[in-house]
Amino acid sequence: MLEVENLRSAYGRIEVLKGVSLEVHAGEVVALVGANGAGKTTLLRALSGVQPMTGGEIRFKGQRIDRLAPHQRVELGITQSPEGRQVFGPLTVEDNLRLGAYRRRDKEIEQDRDRVFAMFPILAEKRHLLAGGLSGGQQQMLAIGRALMGRPKLLLLDEPSLGLSPLLVDQILDAIVSLRKDGITVLLVEQNASAALAIADRGYVLETGKVAYSGTGSSLLADPQVKAAYLGIE
Amino acid sequence: MAEFLQFLISGLTVGAVYALVALGFTLIYNASGVVNFAQGEFVMLGGMVTVFASAAGVPLVLAAFIAVVVAVVIGLLLHRLAIEPARGASAVTLIIITIGASILFRGIAAIIFDKQFHKLPGFTGETPIDILGAAVQPQSFWVLGGAAVVVVALYVFLEHTLLGKAVLATAANRLAARLVGINTTTIMALAFGGSAAIGAIAGILVTPITLTSYDVGTLLALKGFAAAMLGGMGNPVGAVVGGLLLGLLEAFGAGYLSSTYKDAFAFLVILIVLFVAPQGLFGRRVVERV
Repeated sequence: MLEVENLRSAYGRIEVLKGVSLEVHAGEVVALVGANGAGKTTLLRALSGVQPMTGGEIRFKGQRIDRLAPHQRVELGITQSPEGRQVFGPLTVEDNLRLGAYRRRDKEIEQDRDRVFAMFPILAEKRHLLAGGLSGGQQQMLAIGRALMGRPKLLLLDEPSLGLSPLLVDQILDAIVSLRKDGITVLLVEQNASAALAIADRGYVLETGKVAYSGTGSSLLADPQVKAAYLGIE
Repeated sequence: MAEFLQFLISGLTVGAVYALVALGFTLIYNASGVVNFAQGEFVMLGGMVTVFASAAGVPLVLAAFIAVVVAVVIGLLLHRLAIEPARGASAVTLIIITIGASILFRGIAAIIFDKQFHKLPGFTGETPIDILGAAVQPQSFWVLGGAAVVVVALYVFLEHTLLGKAVLATAANRLAARLVGINTTTIMALAFGGSAAIGAIAGILVTPITLTSYDVGTLLALKGFAAAMLGGMGNPVGAVVGGLLLGLLEAFGAGYLSSTYKDAFAFLVILIVLFVAPQGLFGRRVVERV
């Protein structure tokens, strides 16, 4: 479904992605793990088109998309829940979700909104409140729900568990697993590597802008080097 | 009492114009983070194009419409040719670009039009209306009513249409807006076009009272900027309140203290706001929890 080949990206003169290649197949949950500054967020932003690339190719369903504007990629079915709960603070929960479906013209938007509410009932309760007043966990749910409102074929999730309590982390991970059942392909970026690899079909470990290891979720979890470097287990 | 009422109405009238200019600032600032110092030139264009079109025999309503269209086109060109290519430049760079554009527009206007003062007839006559002893020009009601219509229309657009919410979303979080598929370049173009229209309408409404010339924009931009700062940059409600307050301050200051210093009040306001409460009266609307 998604093929990334030799992707390069830089902030000014500092090259952050030094030729990343990876694949995501339809129906998979793929985890992208790695330390701070490895380039995980930069990669997701380049996939969405909000971070300029300096080289490489991105193909989605066989079609080159690296020259497309961000909104065109959303129309193709690639949506993203960005790092750090970037909700529209001065707008209500409901408006945030509606804007997630900004490029859609079909009549099932309300139906999808109710599905998001069923997934995260707390959002239904606070639907008329301003997103900026929600707690961190609720904002995270809203950001994920907003990305779902775009009816993604490929959902990019950037650090959905960052700064959340263990209980909420479980709730979010459960939600991701249930997305796979709905046929949504997920590319998941996480610092919480063990949790991410545990639910992922496959994983990639990013190290200073390059893919260092790749394999199935369980094989990466079992790999002694990955364990030592990223899972904090000896 | 009659004197007080006189100052009150003239303050509100001129304040309504400042409010519209401040709204123009707010709209562009929200969509792009740019403080557009060419905002006053849109006001000038509104008045000048209407004056010259109607002098050429075009009926006033049509002349006003042409003026708004001209301003919108100039606003869109400003965005497309000067702001958009500098995307990613610092806020200061962009502000300097708008100051340059303002000087350019003024220069071109001096050449195309002339350097004289011009007047439009009041829309519904010029016989002052007596209100409890205060002599009020009928045009004052046009200014107040027109400003109210613009404010309400803008409010309905921002709060009750998807495109309006996309503008608010872009203002709140540009990155997230792009990630949900909002074309932020279009939103910025919309903001420049909308601001230009609002400025031009202000210019058309006020020209029968204050006259217009190629260089009225500079002072209006500064007053509108002061009003926007007073209300809290980026807050539409603040822009309206700031504009009206500034107008009243000027009218009462000129009336009871000295008319010599009329224009100084705006600058005094900027200084006081910057020293005492840089976030303005209404601060930022955003409540962010980190």
